Amino acid sequence: MQPTSLAFKDNVKRALNDRALQSALALAEGGFQKNRAAAAARLPEFEALRDAAKTLKDHTLAHLDLYLEAFEQKASEAGAVVHWARDDAEARAIILEICRKADAKSVTKSKSMVTEEIGLNEALETAGIQPVETDLGEHIIQLAGQKPSHILAPAFHVTKDKVSDLFAEHHGRPRVEEPEALLGEARAFLREKYFQADVGITGANFLIAETGSIVLVTNEGNAELTQGLPKVHIALTGIEKVVPTLDDAFLLLRLLARSGTGQDFSAYTTLLTGPKRSADRDGPEEFHIVLLDNGRSNMLGTGFQDMLRCIRCGACMNHCPVYLTAGGHAYGWVYPGPMGAVLTPGFIGIEEGQHLPNASTFCGRCEQVCPMRIPLPKMMRHWREDQFQKKLTPPTARYGLAIWGFFAKRPSLYQFGTTIAIAALGLLGRAKGRFRWLPLASGWTGSRDLPAPAGTTFQASWRKQRGRT
Amino acid sequence: MAKTRVALFVTCLVDLFRPSVGFAAVKLLEDAGCEVTVPRGQTCCGQPAYNQGARGDTIDIAKQTIEAFSGFDHVVAPSGSCAGMLKKHYPLLFDPDDPFKAKADDLATRTFELVSFLTDVLGIESVDSRLSAIATYHDSCSGLRELGVKHQPRKLLSSVDGVTLAEMDNAEVCCGFGGTFCVKYPDISSKMVSDKVGHIEASGADLLLAGDLGCLLNMAGRLKREGSPVAVRHVAEVLAGELDQPPIGEV
Repeated sequence: MQPTSLAFKDNVKRALNDRALQSALALAEGGFQKNRAAAAARLPEFEALRDAAKTLKDHTLAHLDLYLEAFEQKASEAGAVVHWARDDAEARAIILEICRKADAKSVTKSKSMVTEEIGLNEALETAGIQPVETDLGEHIIQLAGQKPSHILAPAFHVTKDKVSDLFAEHHGRPRVEEPEALLGEARAFLREKYFQADVGITGANFLIAETGSIVLVTNEGNAELTQGLPKVHIALTGIEKVVPTLDDAFLLLRLLARSGTGQDFSAYTTLLTGPKRSADRDGPEEFHIVLLDNGRSNMLGTGFQDMLRCIRCGACMNHCPVYLTAGGHAYGWVYPGPMGAVLTPGFIGIEEGQHLPNASTFCGRCEQVCPMRIPLPKMMRHWREDQFQKKLTPPTARYGLAIWGFFAKRPSLYQFGTTIAIAALGLLGRAKGRFRWLPLASGWTGSRDLPAPAGTTFQASWRKQRGRT
Repeated sequence: MAKTRVALFVTCLVDLFRPSVGFAAVKLLEDAGCEVTVPRGQTCCGQPAYNQGARGDTIDIAKQTIEAFSGFDHVVAPSGSCAGMLKKHYPLLFDPDDPFKAKADDLATRTFELVSFLTDVLGIESVDSRLSAIATYHDSCSGLRELGVKHQPRKLLSSVDGVTLAEMDNAEVCCGFGGTFCVKYPDISSKMVSDKVGHIEASGADLLLAGDLGCLLNMAGRLKREGSPVAVRHVAEVLAGELDQPPIGEV
């Protein structure tokens, strides 16, 4: 997809004026946050599990080649075909080729952010293959011609009223409004699509090296119908999703839903090992697993390696005051929120994605709730350092910083200069105790007053009172 | 026994905007039996450079601060953000073989946020101060999440004669200051501080307190713009009974 991250500030303005979005964000704040806190509180070992999960992923990433090769071997032994894709173009080509061989006209899909990452739907459509999103949220988004605004709840910015309109327009049935009726209608509509599909495409939440299995997690059961009914199943996921053993996958599963939706466990967790065997009554005849790098291996051994621990739970965005103000679309690409602020510049380039790691107060809530203990603020700072080195920081900020730095590194000069400047500013603000407007300070004074300084610096007053100490 | 030698890192915002917070900190430390020095070599902790990715400038300022504060038993700052910079971030700036790495680690072990220093290190359980107010306390992000400052200010405030604490909703959510963030992304910052001010007013408090002047300037600025009667002060002023200076943004 064409990124709009560079227009972040305009995107934010639009989001702030979108009342439906703002009320959805307010609800998400209460819902996701409360549910996660309650789920964590119900499990005494939750914090210990986070430590164990971090250790597990760090180990796996340190031996990623080994575990990926082991996974490939086991998956192949079970009858799956493993494909390696260096980038988005290779992944699209591999998937299109499989679809072409299957003579596919229609493809069902369960929710997968990695398919968004490679722009799969557009590629399928261009090739004359109809992609049908089967996750309810994704279905709504697809009808609306939009992109997900949240990695778990892709359509949570869409009001119920709008869903009624979309369904009436695209399902060719009378408009319904009750949630039950809307659900029933979507279910009936999608049920036919499952049976018509030639290929089913899913993501994979985890890959298990020990068994060659993939793990799929949903709340709607749509991944099972997507993978199990067509003759061909393609699972696309990132190479960082591998874990050594079945037990390891369950360690992460115990954290995933609790951190994201606040459920103890998602409604459906399916482990898939190989295609349909001769004695099986159902299942796909072909099972393809496409493992995507797309820049992930470049993060190994760098300041961004910790990001590869991410299990895409969404906790960081659910707790981010910036995400909860701006919404997901403002980030302008596939991954929003703090995880997106770290990942997106890596995918679309720091020039294009320059706003995202800067649009953070470093409040640290994302790191506080990340089940994998990913130091998200630290990695956003890495991007800022990268930007500064590449001179992408705006000139006003650079010059301002240079002048400030000149004084900050010369304490005597700093104290001399600040004493004079503060005396002047104090005099100006003395009448009201605050400024409603100051030259060059509209960023501050646009929406708040600036409290006036007292007029003498602490250091000057202190020396006057106490002399040398 | 020799007095505990404490160096006050006054922080640039307190130095420039509100010296009364510095004097309140000195009073609290001296009342607790410390000998307080204000080293001359201090300016700013370096966060404006650090958070804009200017690592070279940050390292220069960190070295200057490390040198200025060597030799004291403790270094105390009336700010969780600046104390957090010295304690949690300076050690990350230097390679292990850099001679400043050991110095930064040493400074980190000696550095504390003011209120947590009083309670956690000096073991102070109450202060001798009085003020009639319903106060609500905003947990500034760095103090809370980097340094674990949460119960300490509430504990000491509960000993102030006449102060009743009224907790606001979302006390742990960022106020939208974020250093240069607030002027680089004013739309987001405004929304965040408006939400914060809504929670402050809903708490029924007539006094807003926090431990970081950056957050306080931001919240006071928004409260005053909205015409709110809620007074705003740094927690140290109330604990020390240093209340001669009008509340932040008032005359």
